[in-house]
Amino acid sequence: MTAPAQAAQVGELPATTAAVARDRTRRRRLPAAGTTLLALLALWLLARLLLGGRWTLPLAAADLTPLQLRLNDLNDWVSGHRNTSPLFLYFFNEIRLAVDTVGTAFTQVLSRTDVGLGIPEIGWLGTTVLVTALAYAVGNVRVAVLTLAVFCCFVLQGLWADAMDTFALVLASVLFALAIGLPLGIWSGTSRRVHRILTPVLDFMQILPSFAYLAPLVLIFLIGPASAIIATVVFAAPPVIRLTAHGLQQVPAVTREAADSLGVTGWQRLRTVLLPMARRTVVIGINQTFMAALSMVTIASLIGAPGLGLTVAQALQSLDVGTAFNAGVAIVLMAIAFDRVATAAGERTETALRSGRSRRRARRIAVAAALLVAVLAVYLSRTYLWAAEPPTGWPDLGRLLTDVGDTVSGWLQAHLSTVTGGLKDAVTYGVLNPLEALLTGSPFWVTGIVVTVVAWLAGRWRTALTAVLCLAAIVWLGVWQDAMATLAATLLATVAVVVLGVVVGVWMGRSRMADRIIRPVLDAAQTMPAFVYLVPFLALFDASRFTAIVAAVVYAAPAAIKIVADGIAQVPAATVEAATAFGSTRWQVVTRVQLPMSARSLALATNQGLIYALSMVVIGGMVGAGALGYDVVAGLSQDQLFGKGLAAGLTLVALGIVLDRITQAAAGRSGRRPGAARPRARSTAPALPAAGG
Amino acid sequence: MTAAAHPLPRTAGRTAPGRPATADGTPDFSVRSLWKVFGHRPDRIPGDRSLDGLTGPEVLARTGCLPAVRDMSFDVARGEVFVVMGLSGSGKSTLVRCLTRLVEPTAGRVLLEGQDLTALPPARLRDVRRNRISMVFQHFGLLPHRTVLNNVGYGLQVRGVGRAERNRRAAEVVDLVGLSGYEQRFPDQLSGGMQQRVGLARALAGDPDVLVFDEPFSALDPLIRRDMQAEVIRLHRDMGKTMLFITHDLSEALRLGDRILIMRHGELVQIGTGDELVGAPADDYVADFVADVPRADVLTLRWIARPDDPPDAAGAATLPADTVVRAAIPVVSGSAGPVRVVDGTGTDQRTLGWVGRDDVLALVAGAGRPPHRRRADAGDAATATESAAIEPAAATGAPA
Repeated sequence: MTAPAQAAQVGELPATTAAVARDRTRRRRLPAAGTTLLALLALWLLARLLLGGRWTLPLAAADLTPLQLRLNDLNDWVSGHRNTSPLFLYFFNEIRLAVDTVGTAFTQVLSRTDVGLGIPEIGWLGTTVLVTALAYAVGNVRVAVLTLAVFCCFVLQGLWADAMDTFALVLASVLFALAIGLPLGIWSGTSRRVHRILTPVLDFMQILPSFAYLAPLVLIFLIGPASAIIATVVFAAPPVIRLTAHGLQQVPAVTREAADSLGVTGWQRLRTVLLPMARRTVVIGINQTFMAALSMVTIASLIGAPGLGLTVAQALQSLDVGTAFNAGVAIVLMAIAFDRVATAAGERTETALRSGRSRRRARRIAVAAALLVAVLAVYLSRTYLWAAEPPTGWPDLGRLLTDVGDTVSGWLQAHLSTVTGGLKDAVTYGVLNPLEALLTGSPFWVTGIVVTVVAWLAGRWRTALTAVLCLAAIVWLGVWQDAMATLAATLLATVAVVVLGVVVGVWMGRSRMADRIIRPVLDAAQTMPAFVYLVPFLALFDASRFTAIVAAVVYAAPAAIKIVADGIAQVPAATVEAATAFGSTRWQVVTRVQLPMSARSLALATNQGLIYALSMVVIGGMVGAGALGYDVVAGLSQDQLFGKGLAAGLTLVALGIVLDRITQAAAGRSGRRPGAARPRARSTAPALPAAGG
Repeated sequence: MTAAAHPLPRTAGRTAPGRPATADGTPDFSVRSLWKVFGHRPDRIPGDRSLDGLTGPEVLARTGCLPAVRDMSFDVARGEVFVVMGLSGSGKSTLVRCLTRLVEPTAGRVLLEGQDLTALPPARLRDVRRNRISMVFQHFGLLPHRTVLNNVGYGLQVRGVGRAERNRRAAEVVDLVGLSGYEQRFPDQLSGGMQQRVGLARALAGDPDVLVFDEPFSALDPLIRRDMQAEVIRLHRDMGKTMLFITHDLSEALRLGDRILIMRHGELVQIGTGDELVGAPADDYVADFVADVPRADVLTLRWIARPDDPPDAAGAATLPADTVVRAAIPVVSGSAGPVRVVDGTGTDQRTLGWVGRDDVLALVAGAGRPPHRRRADAGDAATATESAAIEPAAATGAPA
């Protein structure tokens, strides 16, 4: 035997032993679950064939179940007693009034007043210069120039008024979100008990699809800016709470101890140790709150928020791709400006400390000068009409963008329809329809049993019980078939997301180059408000379920890809090295070592994929995806369907909980210790600093 | 390990072995029956006599509570360097955190000049932490967003000292620990050793009565560690502060400590000077611990002096009993007969016994062996290595 062969044999021995051991454990766990799942699927199909069409709980579009009618009555009762019931008189109405006051104040300053010409307190010139100066003050020259360009672009697009409406609502919402979120985050970051109470609440808030908020808020706070702001606050506060708490908690225990040993008071510790060391993470939280607020403000156009979102929503509903595109670009620009400014502000927290005294003084003077110019601009725009209203002589970029949108859309539909249409039909008829038929056509209790068994496999009795309760709630709410249609689209989108996540994630996890190139794209994609995703796919695929699914895949993929990439990258280099040293091929390293060792990340990626996809599929109800999303939208626009819309919103909650619990349980199971602390990749984080701030 | 790397214990100012260390009579710091128990309802453990004799892990298995510190009592004299030594998990870090209640003790008392710290309300406790006791931590615990100067001045800021005064005093202390020129750097721009100097400076800045070191040099390179140890010795010589020093490094303990407390599973195993631990270990655990220490570097003549008079005692050289054996080698080997070992000075001087060349050789050669428990003033009859040192004693002058 030659020496290399001998070495190879010696090398193989431990590898095969390890492989055998691994196979044995896998046989004990995974294939057991796998065969159960396959058997389950077979039984399900059989039941569908034998019992198909019975107990499917259908409900026509205009029909309402008795429960939904009672919800209608509730709506009527609330309308009738809004000004008599003490609960409304002294609580809800007060909140609405307060929120409305702040919202109106921002709108009046930035967008329009009720008197005379309706010119805002700060006109075009004042707003633009002030915002630019502020961007410079918290960030740097680059982001200030970017901000200036973006605000000028709004004028060029002919969307100044809409953009300012959106801007005002975002600012008002963020103000509330921070007023609530920062103290809560600090409290949660300093008290373990508060953290324990708050975490499940935040988890719950973040599995709610954004559409689920709308109907209940309208019921209590009416359609209007107040509801829109409250919905936005509910949606946007969790990131800042979470990240503030996280930032405080990650301050090393030894630093706290050192401060304590010097005799600090609780307040001194917070002010001089915890907050300065958490600053960067807190700023990231504020950034994410801005992003979430912008995303939700556009969606809240369905419950009375004026602005860019409303333009997009109306254009989507009338399939006017050009207009939707123009407004969508404006939303994206605003998102980019927020994100860049906030990121620069985060970096400032580091660099400002380190810069020398003379540079600091020079900068202070420059900031003062910029603010002085801003004050002058504000004065001008309050004095002269030309400075108050956006200039009219500028080239009409809006017209151009609208035309481009229309042309591209028209061209695509004329010339590319064989490809896009073929893809759409293939997926729709090949996969979506059969899946939907299985879900909607099976007796509800068969589907219910299947889901419960899956839940049991993932998390045993606790998860199974959750599943049973949620499914019962869905049946009770009366929109079972719509829920199943939404579920079918969500599952299909999630499968695509996971495939994308694994392929791209493994690539990124293995190649630093790929990571460096792709990650910024994913970060950028994650700052896009959900609404905007619909526009290009509407152009490509017209209004259909497929459009919503594709949008959902693209919307959910970045989060999933990042989680998988991080999981792969976290596999210790020594392990990969050892596997390579034993002569594994690259494929073997990926499939036998890296993927199994990041099983938990895969499960988490699935979890995130599901939650994001569900959220987006529902929004897709506006562009022909129907089902629960449509029910919600219809309930908001038509009084007699309100009960159904509310029921659909609650069904979304139940559906979200089931999907989340099952995948979280699966993720916990694939972790080494199921009960161990779970690092939840829950934040909508575009870029959590890996090393901590 | 070379002889140089293995430090000689300091004999100057050392308290006499066996006696409670009271440099000026008053204990600075007293710990009385201190307990720290982790777990559910920890307060039932300290009073439970049925757990006596069980080790920490056994108590954990039986009750679900882990006693990290068990019934610990000791005194630290003013100006003393008191070392607490134990392996990781022995509870020494918990013990030291209980002293200023960074970890709240489960039972027992901590007395600082007679004042019970465990009974202090939070505000008074803060005063103690600000003015009386300062700590130096293993992982420094510096504030990354503050410059060296501001880190050092942090304790003063917390006390409410104004900026100018704070910076002036911080600059003095920075100079004292040899960091002049680095005042405006940030901690992450410094090496580990320099960071710990900042930690040391921060503790010194408040001019506390007691300095507590929690394994301050464990995270440093061996060479830097020796520098820092020398720095601490220098500071102690210059400032004379009471120091409580935690370490798991025996050579560090021997080098720095006036007295050493050995801990295991949260319990006190032995308190004594370095030569007491080496010469008379309380049990096999301590014996194992000190097995590799070169005896000649630690034991004094007291430990090997034989009380029986030699055949020819007249004119023999004289050495004090506290002389380390290695330091006595030149005299012993240079004298013809056994050397007289004396205790005390002046009129109190009395002869403890005699040390011959072979006694020294036997000790140096038997470094790895378990100690022969023999100590002249313990009245233990000599049984070991008896040899005939029959050469007549040449009368030499008094030893240096």
